[in-house]
Amino acid sequence: MAQKIIAGVTVEVNEEGYFTNPEQWTRVLASEVAQEEGIQLSDRHYAVLEFLRERFIKGENLTIRSVGNSGITDIKGFYGLFPGAPMKKAAKIAGIPKPASCV
Amino acid sequence: MNRLLILGAGTGGTIMVNKMRKILAHDEWDITIVDQHKIHYYQPGFLFIPFGMYTRQDVVKPKTSFIPLGVNVIFQEIDHIDGKGNHVVLKDGISLKYDFLIIATGTRVVPDETPGLNGPLWQKNIFDFYTIEGAVALAEFFKTWPGGNLVLNIADVPIKCPVAPLEFVMFADAFFVERGTRKNVNIAYSTPMSGAFTKPRASKVLGSLLEEKNISIIPDFYLEKVDNEKKVLVSYDEREIPFDCLVTIPVHKGDEMIGRSGLGDEMDFAKAHKHTLQSDFFPNIFVIGDAGNFPTSKAGSVVHFQADVLTENLMCAIENRPFTESFDGHSNCYIETGFGKGALIDFNYDTEPLPGSFPFPGIGPFGLLKESRMNHYGKLMFRWIYWHILLKGKEMPIDSKMTMAGKKM
Repeated sequence: MAQKIIAGVTVEVNEEGYFTNPEQWTRVLASEVAQEEGIQLSDRHYAVLEFLRERFIKGENLTIRSVGNSGITDIKGFYGLFPGAPMKKAAKIAGIPKPASCV
Repeated sequence: MNRLLILGAGTGGTIMVNKMRKILAHDEWDITIVDQHKIHYYQPGFLFIPFGMYTRQDVVKPKTSFIPLGVNVIFQEIDHIDGKGNHVVLKDGISLKYDFLIIATGTRVVPDETPGLNGPLWQKNIFDFYTIEGAVALAEFFKTWPGGNLVLNIADVPIKCPVAPLEFVMFADAFFVERGTRKNVNIAYSTPMSGAFTKPRASKVLGSLLEEKNISIIPDFYLEKVDNEKKVLVSYDEREIPFDCLVTIPVHKGDEMIGRSGLGDEMDFAKAHKHTLQSDFFPNIFVIGDAGNFPTSKAGSVVHFQADVLTENLMCAIENRPFTESFDGHSNCYIETGFGKGALIDFNYDTEPLPGSFPFPGIGPFGLLKESRMNHYGKLMFRWIYWHILLKGKEMPIDSKMTMAGKKM
């Protein structure tokens, strides 16, 4: 298992840079990871991240559509917040594993 | 008299009613099964219809043929489940009380979730093959289609049988080659996932198969809408794919009744424990198959393996014992690759599909994660097994738990 130093903190990550221990996540770390992805986090970004973390902890599936139904943003807005591959980027910044929503 | 109520007489409900009627004493247990439709469709057969390999008659039988004696059968729509009151209300207002309830109401395709999908081109240039109507309409269309851009699109996941879209494009390749029109047909496979399949090793093997067959893969394409005038698919990040024939796998949802009953997630899939199959909301409600939010394939093989677990665990609940069985997510799928060949994958929640032999280690006769003629015959034989053994809840020579024997790391 790889380690990475983010904002002076040693974090356990996998080979793709996803946190392997979601409990190590903090808002400060999120902001650092986001900057690596070229994203400046706003309150709306954080609201999405918290939503994803909450669902992950409850063991629920993480899907783009679920974010679209969250009331925080619609799917188009989600793409605006995390351009390109929103679910993969958001999960990485939220300190949770890459979603295996698809089986 | 105790009451077991089963909602849905598809694959899961039918297997369970057969298994439970054998176990539960007739003088102690009343069993009722409810479904709104009278016809049982062999859904794995839909894939063969657009290419003229099967017709409608090959995939339909009356549901009552598979329901054992000593069971009440009601053909009617379900309005909702009242979990607190332990009863189910049907459309006409009749209320059915239960001591234990099995939800087996399946999943359905919802083209209306995507703007423009169900528009003027629906069943003219846009088809689905997850419904009998769609599969039959597409068969008609292909009969005279001169060629052009054939695009398969998966609107979102999860979907029923995640390998069927791959099989579809490989069948299409073979179909147009045999007709001599392949040079006029561009085949594209567009998916919201990052590759051909969800699990890395299978994705690689299947991805290169598509490449060999000159089928282009368009990954990470998350469909927003279909523009009927321009005949293009538009993704949320504003990429476009032009089509002359669009074969869509629409968004899937559970039964609306699950939502009305407050027992599901936002897609109306019933929330249940992935190992015990017990509902998250009520201890006397269990869920099987596509109806649930289980993180495994929505496929008949999964239902079949779950049925063994559910039978045990339901008996534990009835007899007030701790659960003795745990579902591991086991899924087993034949994959048709065209030209009389097929592949086979076997996996669960934790282990991705690996190469090897199945079901007997080192012998087979089926090869895992590789193409062979034997695998294709396996799929064809399966239709007989489905009607005569599987639905009737009889023993199959395959364990419900996945085994590593015969698999190569």
